[in-house]
Amino acid sequence: MQDIVRTTNLTKYYGKSRGIIDLNLNIREGEIFGFIGPNGAGKSTTERVLLGLVKLTSGHAEIFGRPVGKDNKSILKEVGYLPSEAVFYSGMRVSEVLCLSEKLYGKNCADEREKLCRRFDLDTRRKIGELSLGNRKKVAIVSAFQHDPQLLVLDEPTSGLDPLMQKEFFALVEERHHAGKTIILSSHVLPEIQQHCTRAAILREGRLIACDSVERLAGKQCRKVEIRGISKAPSISGIRETNGEEGRVSFLFEGDMKELILAIKDLPVEDLLITEPDLEEIFLHYYEKGGEQK
Amino acid sequence: MIIFSHELRRGRIAFALWTGIIAFMIIVCMALYPEMKEQMSGINDLFANLGSFTAAFGMDQISFGEAMGFYAVECGNILGLGGAFYAALMGITSLAKEEKEHTAEFLLTHPVSRLSVAGQKLAAVFVQILGMNLIAAAVAFGSFQMLGETLKTQEFFLTHAAFLVMQLEIAGICFGISAFIKSSGLGLGLGLAAVFYFLNIIANISDQARILRFITPFAYGEASGIVADARIDMGLLGLGVLYGLAAVLIGIWYYGHKDIAA
Repeated sequence: MQDIVRTTNLTKYYGKSRGIIDLNLNIREGEIFGFIGPNGAGKSTTERVLLGLVKLTSGHAEIFGRPVGKDNKSILKEVGYLPSEAVFYSGMRVSEVLCLSEKLYGKNCADEREKLCRRFDLDTRRKIGELSLGNRKKVAIVSAFQHDPQLLVLDEPTSGLDPLMQKEFFALVEERHHAGKTIILSSHVLPEIQQHCTRAAILREGRLIACDSVERLAGKQCRKVEIRGISKAPSISGIRETNGEEGRVSFLFEGDMKELILAIKDLPVEDLLITEPDLEEIFLHYYEKGGEQK
Repeated sequence: MIIFSHELRRGRIAFALWTGIIAFMIIVCMALYPEMKEQMSGINDLFANLGSFTAAFGMDQISFGEAMGFYAVECGNILGLGGAFYAALMGITSLAKEEKEHTAEFLLTHPVSRLSVAGQKLAAVFVQILGMNLIAAAVAFGSFQMLGETLKTQEFFLTHAAFLVMQLEIAGICFGISAFIKSSGLGLGLGLAAVFYFLNIIANISDQARILRFITPFAYGEASGIVADARIDMGLLGLGVLYGLAAVLIGIWYYGHKDIAA
């Protein structure tokens, strides 16, 4: 599969402030790619560089094989952007904003717009200034999806949406994914990334510290082990992130399960819980321990 | 032309208000002329004894007793200053407004180049200024007709042409500044127009301050001088066009390279 987005040593400084440093990424056609990181990690800066809103300081970025910054108009024709904070011209009606967006894309998407507005229960006669955050988000969703772009850049897409609309939104994302579209999803809600993304990148202080399939990032081979009755983890290889307290110990185990069972068989174990760690724990691991920088 | 139409639509209320107020003030001002004309001998003596004040407003160059002279000073100030404020307002908010109101992200993530955005916005500013001036000139022309006064066509045309260029220059300078700021810049724009106005008054009062005429567009846009000489100072006007053009080009270049605030 070809790369839809490729960055090479992409660096952005705002004056002396760090945005992103030496970011090397490739996002493949048809995948849902997640960006994970706390505020200020560089997720939005990366998206803003790709969308041409901010100019890169050094390095190179291309979308659809076209260089960002030189051919933005033709790139943006096939991109739909859903910003974290949906802001529109307050004096206009929803229908006027969506028509303006349609005209700027130069594509007749009246049918799709109508379908999306119905699906998200959006009243197009209302003025933007009267809309709640959730309804403004719905306008942004319709605006980003109505022209059926090849690449969707979704920045904190569900903030402000109620659970029903969040469900509907991800159903729409999955439909577009199955139709072969490429999706970049940036979110603080890690289960969203875990549930929907094929691959994800973890950013810390502007640098890429991990980029892999979500399965591998969440450590499919890794298990979270919690044992009651003992306070220290057994001394075998493959154990990390140990947390011990009186009568209880937990750790991440990435070794031979038989070896673990043998190691604890003679210990006064009262209870044993073995689960898959979630992405949140992996994320915290990368942040608390620093992680390895790529 | 999508953004151009969008801008015209967004600016329609401000256009109607400014145009309406300026046109109304011109009508009110011209309606006062017949009464002023009757008292003119006394008024002329009064103005003759005002010294620098007379020169400051160009009243030493024309007669208040003539409709054209009265129009140049009184209505000239209304359209000159009012138009300058409107032009400054339009120019200074043109690009900056998108960032202040956080709509720049919506606009610039569509397939449209920044050069095109800036060009269409500037065209919309110029068209609205042109529209306001055409209506103001038509109202002024109508006022002369209603009063039955003779209109000096050449002086009238030159005065309004100078006003238009002056306003376009101010709009151009403010548009250039607009690319550099993230706030609305309203105070900055209106302040700049006021500073230009007062610089011309100072230049008229003091010989030592004549050099200020090369800075302020009000120097070539002063109606009293144009009506008295039946000509525009083309040197100053050319300089003004150059200033406006330079500001627009610098602004567009910077806008094309700047980072858009989130």
